[in-house]
Amino acid sequence: MKIKPLLPATLAGLLPLLRAPAAHAAWTLNLTPGVDQVSRDIYGLHMLMFWWCMGIAVVVFGFMIYSIARFRRSRGAIADTSLTHSTRVEVIWTTIPVLILISMAVPAARVLVETTDTDGSQMAIRITGYQWRWTYEYVGMGVKFVSSLDRRSDAARQLDSGIDPYSVPHYLLNVDHPMVVPAGVKIEVLVTGGDVIHSWWVPALGIKKDAIPGFINVAWFDVDPDKIGTYRGQCAELCGRGHGFMPIVVKVVSKADFATWLKQQQAIAKSQAGVAALQATSPGPPPPANAL
Amino acid sequence: MANTDNVIPHAALTGHEEHGGHAGHAGHDEHADHGKPHGFWHRWLTSTNHKDIGTMYLVFSCIMFFIGGAFAMAIRAELFKPGLQFLDPALFNNFTTMHALIMIFGAVMPAFVGLANWMVPMQVGAPDMALPRMNNFSFWILPFAFTLLIGSVFVPGGGLAGGWTMYPPLMVQTGYALPMGIFAIHLMGASSIMGAINVIVTIMNMRAPGMSLLRMPLFVWTWLITAFLLIAVMPVLAGAVTMLLTDHFFGTSFFNAAGGGDPVMFQHIFWFFGHPEVYILILPAFGIISEILPTFARKPLFGYDAMIYATASIAFLSFIVWAHHMFTVGLPLASELFFMLSTMLIAIPTGVKIFNWSATLYKGSLSFEPPMLWALAFLFMFTIGGLSGLMLAMAPADFQYQDTYFVVAHFHYVLVPGAIFAIIGGVYYWLPKWTGHMYDMTLAKWHFWLSTIFVNVLFFPQHFLGLAGMPRRIPDYATQFADWNMVSSIGGFCFGASQILFPIIIWQCVRGGAKAPGRVWEGARGLEWELSSPPPYHSWTEAPGLATLEHGAPVHQTHG
Repeated sequence: MKIKPLLPATLAGLLPLLRAPAAHAAWTLNLTPGVDQVSRDIYGLHMLMFWWCMGIAVVVFGFMIYSIARFRRSRGAIADTSLTHSTRVEVIWTTIPVLILISMAVPAARVLVETTDTDGSQMAIRITGYQWRWTYEYVGMGVKFVSSLDRRSDAARQLDSGIDPYSVPHYLLNVDHPMVVPAGVKIEVLVTGGDVIHSWWVPALGIKKDAIPGFINVAWFDVDPDKIGTYRGQCAELCGRGHGFMPIVVKVVSKADFATWLKQQQAIAKSQAGVAALQATSPGPPPPANAL
Repeated sequence: MANTDNVIPHAALTGHEEHGGHAGHAGHDEHADHGKPHGFWHRWLTSTNHKDIGTMYLVFSCIMFFIGGAFAMAIRAELFKPGLQFLDPALFNNFTTMHALIMIFGAVMPAFVGLANWMVPMQVGAPDMALPRMNNFSFWILPFAFTLLIGSVFVPGGGLAGGWTMYPPLMVQTGYALPMGIFAIHLMGASSIMGAINVIVTIMNMRAPGMSLLRMPLFVWTWLITAFLLIAVMPVLAGAVTMLLTDHFFGTSFFNAAGGGDPVMFQHIFWFFGHPEVYILILPAFGIISEILPTFARKPLFGYDAMIYATASIAFLSFIVWAHHMFTVGLPLASELFFMLSTMLIAIPTGVKIFNWSATLYKGSLSFEPPMLWALAFLFMFTIGGLSGLMLAMAPADFQYQDTYFVVAHFHYVLVPGAIFAIIGGVYYWLPKWTGHMYDMTLAKWHFWLSTIFVNVLFFPQHFLGLAGMPRRIPDYATQFADWNMVSSIGGFCFGASQILFPIIIWQCVRGGAKAPGRVWEGARGLEWELSSPPPYHSWTEAPGLATLEHGAPVHQTHG
């Protein structure tokens, strides 16, 4: 039969597709708690909602499945055509959801207020989204640079590049100049756009803020001191053909390492060539005074 | 007698015989076929008959469903593996934009209008829609609109690629496709507004005597409310896209900060349309489900009044939740709180509806013909979509979900196993009425099971992708997203292929099949089931006299 030799050939052809990726866990199911208090609180809210939804689903689907199984005509069920309305039941199944919603709204409002609390920020970074890269300017520190998709990813992602994405470390999530920040310091990010709307999103920090030309959006984070590491994100607002190719990399280091890095960057910036190059790529006029 | 098509004969209301011609006539058939045009082109191009126009809307919508589906298949093919295999990123963005615009405006909305055209007059005891010539015009705008929209894919500079949400400043970077797309949207909007006017005027003016508003079938009620939503918000969309046009061509700065404008204002205006729009996309589906479940449970809809109040509440609330699509744009804290709370509120009437449907099943006598299968699948999977919607309402959590595949999973659950399954269920429910034939039940069940299984394979993993951190509207992704993307794409290909059964089943049914009685389904109640299958070309030329109403389903009292 023709099918027999076809089947092993098909399976053999499918096997390479099942290869596990080189980096990061595959088959991920859930958010992660992240690396600061805000991201943990967001995760907690998410899990609270998830378990509420699971509970509601169990009750509602349970009732549906019970009814479908029990009241089948094929099993001889006769319809009770007098069961057409009940004001008491309507009140009950309106009131209970209201109470459930209140119990969800309280923690949600608390976390929302927490995300707006930028008091006591110790440093600020102005982040500007362009088509298709980010620039980071450490306000008042004389450091500013462009962060673009790293070269290996950029080469591999071209149509018909012939390069296997799995051979590229952190494919599409790597940049040439990451944003370096110290752990244990409250940092404000001032997010704006240079051409169209982008969005700066780092899941581990619990921050997603749209980068809108002419306006500045503010968010904050304060990475736990024991969460030194590299965290990656992506642009989260469609911004043209390069939308999927302008990632974000945040490298969290100790305060001491950050101080060292900062000195190096300031030295680079001070050199004439560095300053001139940066001025050639600086964004347009500052936004209107009332923009916030 | 000319132009009797859309006038209830005086005789029916006053009891007098008029024109003398009634006495001695053989029966209804002669009058029923009066005015039917001859010739294929004359019939379909100039029809003012609600049944023919309904058919045209449904055929059009089916074609657009497959075109929109083709764009989806291309998207899933590109997303099957990491790396770019087939599509330039700009073309990919064009495909995602076209997929959404075609599905929303070309498939779902015209399908609902088609079902309204077919069923509303028959269900309220009216001979036709109130404004039959405008009805014809409403339909025939659509092929022109979509030729323009699909044509925009091929123009130099590329097609519309800013997403169906069309945010500026990005959208203003579009070339020649921009005016084509905007004009297409204007045409579609005009068609929808005229259709909505027709529905409202028909329902408010042409119900059979004795059918008070609180005795109308649920499908008619949900369409009445939907029609008001349409009239309220389609002009808002028209305004928003016109401002895009003037920003691009006439130097205005509505959405250009450098000129003193605000890109976010577009989002406010668009979503003031957009949120009621998604309720426009689901309310008629709610009506269809409310018709199907009682029929196959052999039990009246539970909580008729509550269902109407819930639907009206949903419609009202839909106007005050729009900024939940904008939680990350930098709204003031008070706005974020308000929109979070109002969005959560919508869960209440929606939940009430789900509970009432479930209570309709409870202590019923259920059988599982194809329409019931689709309605039950709706009940389960729309609930899943609603629960993920509740999660999305929580603003700080939404910071992680916004613009990721979690949102994509949510709205596809409410739109595909939601709206689309309700439409398909409605077609399987009413098709024997329209054609006079039963269809192949076995094939229809195959269609159902394949669709249900693969729609879940397609969309459920997208929840995981969103939570894992995959943004939406990207043609290529990091390797840790590969596994679920492959599963989703396989689901997509199989789901898409399963849909081919649908036109096959319909076509076979149109051509022939076992004869269908007037009351096609044993448990079916309502005026449409009092008519023959198929109904006369002009039905209810005399308004039916209504017997005792059974819980909102008026029963026709025949005159012998």
